[in-house]
Amino acid sequence: MYVAVKGGEKAISAAHRLLAEARRGDPAVAEVTLAQIDEQLALAVDRVMTEGSVYDRELAALAIKQARGDLVEAIFLLRAYRTTLPRLVVSEPIDTERAAIKRRISAIFKDVPGGQVLGPTFDYTHRLLDFALAAEGREAAAPPPEPAEMGPVPRVSSLLGDEGLIENAAGGALEPGDLTRDPLRFPASREVRLQNLARGDEGYLLALGYSTQRGYGRNHPFAGEIRIGTVEVEIVPPELGFPVTIGEITVTECEMVNQFKGSDAAPPQFTAGYGLAFGESERKAMAMALVDRALRAAELGEDVTAPAQDQEFVLYHSDNVEASGFTQHLKLPHYVDFQAELNLIRRLRAEWDGAIKEAAE
Amino acid sequence: MSEIASSETGGYNFAYLDEQTKRMIRRAILKAVAIPGYQVPFASREMPLPYGWGTGGIQVTASIIGRDDTLKVIDQGADDTTNAVSIRRFFARTAGVATTEQTSEASIIQTRHRIPEMPLTEDQIIVYQVPIPEPLRWLEPREAETRKMHALAEYGPMYVRLYEDIAQYGRVTTAYDYPVLVNGRYLMRPSPIPKFDNPKMDMNPALQLFGAGREKRIYAVPPHTSVKSLDFADHPFAVEKWDERCAICGADDSFLDEIIVDDRGGRMFVCSDTDYCRGCQSAKAAE
Repeated sequence: MYVAVKGGEKAISAAHRLLAEARRGDPAVAEVTLAQIDEQLALAVDRVMTEGSVYDRELAALAIKQARGDLVEAIFLLRAYRTTLPRLVVSEPIDTERAAIKRRISAIFKDVPGGQVLGPTFDYTHRLLDFALAAEGREAAAPPPEPAEMGPVPRVSSLLGDEGLIENAAGGALEPGDLTRDPLRFPASREVRLQNLARGDEGYLLALGYSTQRGYGRNHPFAGEIRIGTVEVEIVPPELGFPVTIGEITVTECEMVNQFKGSDAAPPQFTAGYGLAFGESERKAMAMALVDRALRAAELGEDVTAPAQDQEFVLYHSDNVEASGFTQHLKLPHYVDFQAELNLIRRLRAEWDGAIKEAAE
Repeated sequence: MSEIASSETGGYNFAYLDEQTKRMIRRAILKAVAIPGYQVPFASREMPLPYGWGTGGIQVTASIIGRDDTLKVIDQGADDTTNAVSIRRFFARTAGVATTEQTSEASIIQTRHRIPEMPLTEDQIIVYQVPIPEPLRWLEPREAETRKMHALAEYGPMYVRLYEDIAQYGRVTTAYDYPVLVNGRYLMRPSPIPKFDNPKMDMNPALQLFGAGREKRIYAVPPHTSVKSLDFADHPFAVEKWDERCAICGADDSFLDEIIVDDRGGRMFVCSDTDYCRGCQSAKAAE
């Protein structure tokens, strides 16, 4: 009844206790540990770190546990925590050419310097439920021998760049924008757009990227290169004046190579879309690269006709913390506004009934 | 990794936000006060409550609240609705300030969807939670365009929309979030308060602050500033009226909630402002 909306204090604490109980589940089943989540649900951790904008596996695992496995809720938890962190330094740009490669493939050349490295991928697995996994405690199959340490592996796009066949992606603003410190404004520069997409919801970007492949803003993509590897993060402390390494992060990078016939604004050449995500997040990085390229339509002199090409549409709706909150706020009480509408509709209805009656007489 | 804080609030600043963030928000508020009704972009932070649940209002309140303040939080006019309880608790927990349910006792009132019936004073600040700050949004979805329209005070399309309502229905059919012109210059959304509350904004002695967290905008109506609900000379602005009185306190001058009391469609009307209703009851009891 009405009590459900008014008089919340007790109801709220009871709901919190129920949540804690539901989170734990049957106490006869062992409690999941953060290490287990980190090690065995690693891709969930990667997604939460990426969209939560914090590279911290343990915090992400905690968020997943606290959110009962609801990843959007876990991302929200991590973001809310991130708000309270001080910003001490801005790191040097990471150099993925020097990454310790875990996976690296190119779809546009049969072989490339540095080779094609499949790595631990779902690709080419047959998606048959493996009932053997249901039996716990089995030893994993022995891993293949470690590949020989590779030196710096050049990017595939730089091979095209040597011939001048792909646009020069270097340059841009020296000080990149940061939409966690300055609100989004339009038109948004590319690095701000990329930041927005990196934090954006994977499902949303996947659907938008997919829509460009189906003709809504088609941009003729090829997977130029996908690489997953571990890179060092460096900072330059002002008192030292030279870079020091503060840690390592694993990232997934995708460079799409897109056919482009040229326009008034640019010569015929290949153009690029770029995607980058924390951890192993290949689907996200690929979708991001498709959408990044689509958002460059105006800059390249293409017609802006599809949703994926529309900056305001794409960037304002990508954040799942914003979208989830606002969608779910509809369950908050709205009865005052509804009362105002009710009064109005009754008055309109009375007039309408009167007019019908009059017409009938 | 960083140590995970052991206690729930451990390590957080007074009123949750760090001081740099508060300073950034106060700057935005000052600008908003200087240009009444103008939407100031600000770098809204993720809060531990979801977007759409009052994060803009919470950030504004967190930036202006001090240890001596007394906070009242209402939703739909009532202090005991779940979201009001949750926000009040948030500040009680992170700022340790006194809270109240009495309008007269509060120095800061954070609200969603209502303005209290009791007139505010110049010692009070009312903070509105705003879902969509842009009054022209349903006419023009693009922010780049609407900002231009504000810069040029190009508000004709809004009058046309109201006129179309009158032509079609004989009246303006906006019942809440009814557009207002502030200080004769900026078109403003008053947040989804019923238009019943619009006249209270005009020349109000209290400072009125509006926070939209998800949309990252802050705006303000300084004390004693004109707030005019849009209308036409031959169709003046009017607020809704009830044939009923409050079934509890008998008030005939407050916004009434309609409560369905049984499954045969029986209903009663009571004050939406629970504090006002309580006041009327004790006044009646004293007689």
